[in-house]
Amino acid sequence: MTTLTKTEDTPAPTGPEAFLSVRDLRVRFSTEDGVVNAVSGLSFDVERGKTLGIVGESGSGKSVTNLAVLGLHNPKSSAVEGEIILDGQELVSASEKEMEKIRGNKAAMIFQDPLTALSPYYTVGRQIAEPFMKHTGASKKEAKARAIEMLDKVGIPQPATRFNDYPHQFSGGMRQRAMIAMALICDPDLLIADEPTTALDVTVQAQILDLLKDLQQEFGSAIIFITHDLGVIANMADDLLVMYGGRAVERGSVREVLQTPKHPYTWGLLSSMPRLGGDLDEPLVPIPGSPPSLLNPPPGCAFHPRCAFTDEVNGGLCSSEKPLLATGRAAACHLSAEQKQTIFIDQIKPRLG
Amino acid sequence: MSKNVTLPHQQGSTDAGPGEPLLSVEGLEKHFPIYGGFPFRKQVGAVKAVDGVDLQIYPGEALGVVGESGCGKSTTGRLVTRLLEPTGGKITYAGQDITHAGRKQLAPIRSEIQMIFQDPFSSLNPRQTVGTIIKSPMEVNGINPPGGRETRVRELLETVGLNPEHYNRFPHEFSGGQRQRIGVARALALEPKLIVADEPVSALDVSIQAQVVNLLQKVQSELGIAFMFIAHDLAIVRHFSQRVAVMYLGKVVEVADRDSLYTRPRHPYTHALLSAVPEADVDSAKKDRIRLSGDVPSPIMPPSGCRFRTRCWKATEKCASEDPPLVQISGNREGHLTACHFPEEPTLSRGKDVVLDPALAALEDGHTAKD
Amino acid sequence: MLQFLLRRLTGAVVIMFLIGAFTFFLFYTIPQDFAELACGKNCSPQSIAVIRENLGLDKPITTQFWEFMGGILTGRDFATGHCPAPCLGVSFETSEFVWASIIDRFPLTLSLTVGGLVIFLVLGLGSGLLAAWKRGTWVDKLVSSTSMVLSSFQIYFLGPIVLGIFVYSTGWLENPKYVPFTENPAAWALGLLIPWAVMATIFTAQYTRMARSTMIEQLQEEHVRTARAKGMKQGYVFFRYAWRGSLTPIVTILGMDLSGLLAGAVVTEFTFDLAGIGRLAVNSSLSKDLPLTMGVMLFGAFFILILNIIVDLAYAYIDPRVRLA
Repeated sequence: MTTLTKTEDTPAPTGPEAFLSVRDLRVRFSTEDGVVNAVSGLSFDVERGKTLGIVGESGSGKSVTNLAVLGLHNPKSSAVEGEIILDGQELVSASEKEMEKIRGNKAAMIFQDPLTALSPYYTVGRQIAEPFMKHTGASKKEAKARAIEMLDKVGIPQPATRFNDYPHQFSGGMRQRAMIAMALICDPDLLIADEPTTALDVTVQAQILDLLKDLQQEFGSAIIFITHDLGVIANMADDLLVMYGGRAVERGSVREVLQTPKHPYTWGLLSSMPRLGGDLDEPLVPIPGSPPSLLNPPPGCAFHPRCAFTDEVNGGLCSSEKPLLATGRAAACHLSAEQKQTIFIDQIKPRLG
Repeated sequence: MSKNVTLPHQQGSTDAGPGEPLLSVEGLEKHFPIYGGFPFRKQVGAVKAVDGVDLQIYPGEALGVVGESGCGKSTTGRLVTRLLEPTGGKITYAGQDITHAGRKQLAPIRSEIQMIFQDPFSSLNPRQTVGTIIKSPMEVNGINPPGGRETRVRELLETVGLNPEHYNRFPHEFSGGQRQRIGVARALALEPKLIVADEPVSALDVSIQAQVVNLLQKVQSELGIAFMFIAHDLAIVRHFSQRVAVMYLGKVVEVADRDSLYTRPRHPYTHALLSAVPEADVDSAKKDRIRLSGDVPSPIMPPSGCRFRTRCWKATEKCASEDPPLVQISGNREGHLTACHFPEEPTLSRGKDVVLDPALAALEDGHTAKD
Repeated sequence: MLQFLLRRLTGAVVIMFLIGAFTFFLFYTIPQDFAELACGKNCSPQSIAVIRENLGLDKPITTQFWEFMGGILTGRDFATGHCPAPCLGVSFETSEFVWASIIDRFPLTLSLTVGGLVIFLVLGLGSGLLAAWKRGTWVDKLVSSTSMVLSSFQIYFLGPIVLGIFVYSTGWLENPKYVPFTENPAAWALGLLIPWAVMATIFTAQYTRMARSTMIEQLQEEHVRTARAKGMKQGYVFFRYAWRGSLTPIVTILGMDLSGLLAGAVVTEFTFDLAGIGRLAVNSSLSKDLPLTMGVMLFGAFFILILNIIVDLAYAYIDPRVRLA
């Protein structure tokens, strides 16, 4: 127990390959109703060329975290604390000027809805070429050539003609391809993809996901892939972070987390999700209740009001003390390691079919 | 024989399997006109949202309707509930033609066909209490349940897993999942025979979706209500429906019992859809990939012949010139209909990937060349 | 685009015709002999008859109407001489050609509106942008509260106060008057300074608030966030992305305000005793001078319709989705 409690505040031993290190990140927003603790005490690492998946529901803090990495929160209404170290550079304390040099260059982002994320007023080509000119000092002509090359790479037919089209002339899947071209044009070392396929149809989603994977092989970028869809993450990520109520509740490799999950919330997610090959006689087991309010988070473990296993923990710890997330393969839960294992094998695994 | 004489309704339904369909749709069409031109604005085209749909829903069964955006599944739902006026085709409900039925004619049927909407935030009037919302369908239809309407509302709240004490609360006091339960209670208020549920869980968080799916399943089996369950999520549709129809660009391309559709599909599009569903299983990456190219074409100018041909790996000239009929292909079970000239083998494993997307093909060729 | 323009122009012609017909027949419901009005004092029945014939008042109303409308396109011949197209008839009061009276007064009204427009657009949008940029600071609060106070003023209230201070008590400025721009640009500007300032004050405040709120809205748009996420400079994002998006709502409101601006010009002319088209319109209808009223109505309608078409073209210029739809 004591060995676990320390870990949240002391930086985890970072391997030399950790390209992005986030330590004890806290993001707060002041709203009319009070202070929202959108992210509290979050730590994670991303290795070069690897993909970290972040899974969570709305309000889990997964998008907020990644906007913080690029310093995109409005400093007037939000407070970001902790450490974000990208390739040796600390970003939380970096100036707006320094951040401008990093955004779109060393670290780029893809957003959920490509229709609203692209400006309707400028051509797709201009919007793709812009960051290239800004970050490399290329001329308009060079930037255009590079943008067309990128459009071609992401699979836009007749890229030279489509360069001059406006976003509304593109279909949904093509817009997301254009977003990807824009994000990758400066060959970033880190790509943050925030629910990049949620707004797309399933066949188009499959195309875009494969495209991202293939481009990652070619560009060697590290990817942070944010989604609520465990199926998507299983295909995309190497490592996985499960978030709930602004905190990380489980961490491990994708295989570990999906095959032997340790946190009751992850169990809940997996057993509430129907699968194509699942047993139809096995009913879905939903997680009761609804996600916590970030204005008045429940005391102790944020998941305890919805958790079916609080009785197994002695002394009402679940509602009084926040469980902490150890480094490496871990789950933030008061259940003992043996309890987690027996509950998973006896009760959860049979449901997953 | 005497049966055929006395009950003419059953004629022709002998091949339909489980008796008379509750709802039957033939060649249903809905075209939304587009206006333009000079000097007088006239109709210059139409969005062919639904363009010849044939479907049957039998009493008490759940029919799933899947497809991607623009396939016309939601429009079909709204036509069936007659929230929209069909442009063509025929809708028969319990043997009665309601295709162009007027307000008066529809009145008794309206209470039997109910709808559940996708967005639980905009489909409930924020100025009415939960009690009023659930009660008003009964008031409109002049239904007086024994024990009074309020008692009935409290019963319904309990049925859908809400506290009957919440009778006087307003929708904003509830979470998304709870609001969807209110929507279900409202649909149940008139004891319908058919509920059209249009993407009832897609606006909800993953952990909440199962709550609503389970509730709908309970309602369906315990109250024997037929469902038309419209969704884009193939796994949820499989979980909920006994029969499934796949739509593409305003047409049904394949319809079958659940087992046939998910394990022995024949239409290439169904194969592509099933292959595209990401599974929360790390080893499923070994599943054969079908990656189509591009997006769904515009329903304003759908491709000639078979609509899927522009994205299909088997398309030939015949596909461009001839619209394949929705028929039972040899080797299929009864009721398994497919609209395809060159159907796939009835299995999911094909042994090789189909990658039509040019960018993927180029990148992957490059990678294999390097290896 | 051309098709759109043609359709709008055709529509404008139809609307002008309807406005003309409405005004014309409305006037004829007044139980009044226009020949008598045109004749003035000491009128003999003979001269009334002559006038009636000269002005064509002896013909049926519909014939008169068609002659009037036809005159706009082809010109007309009166006993007093040929009235070239566009002929809006002869004023009963002054016996001058209506078109000439309008053209005579038009430069003043045009100077007044365009000058006021430029001033309030520059000041209003400028301070609105500043407030949005400095959102939440004292600059924002000062701009917002000042514009709140100013927007509740009226021209006829503010006008006399400004006159009182700057003309009557301090004598820093002269009473507003109109000097044609071509004669002396400095005197032109100086003479209209007070009316411009008063007119602009009321509109400036509205546009400040509007520019601020649309900019704040736009700055929260996702595409603006994307622009920041690709490393574009704050100023670039502000002007190229957020401001571009704010233009559509601003142009919409501006289009709706244009008729209000013309009405504002009428009030301004009265407040500062300037002889523009606004005064002409009011005086002509008070004296039941049918041709003059018709002329001013049609002229005003023509302007508003043209301006509306320009606003629609501006939409297409601003938003490519409109252009290609």
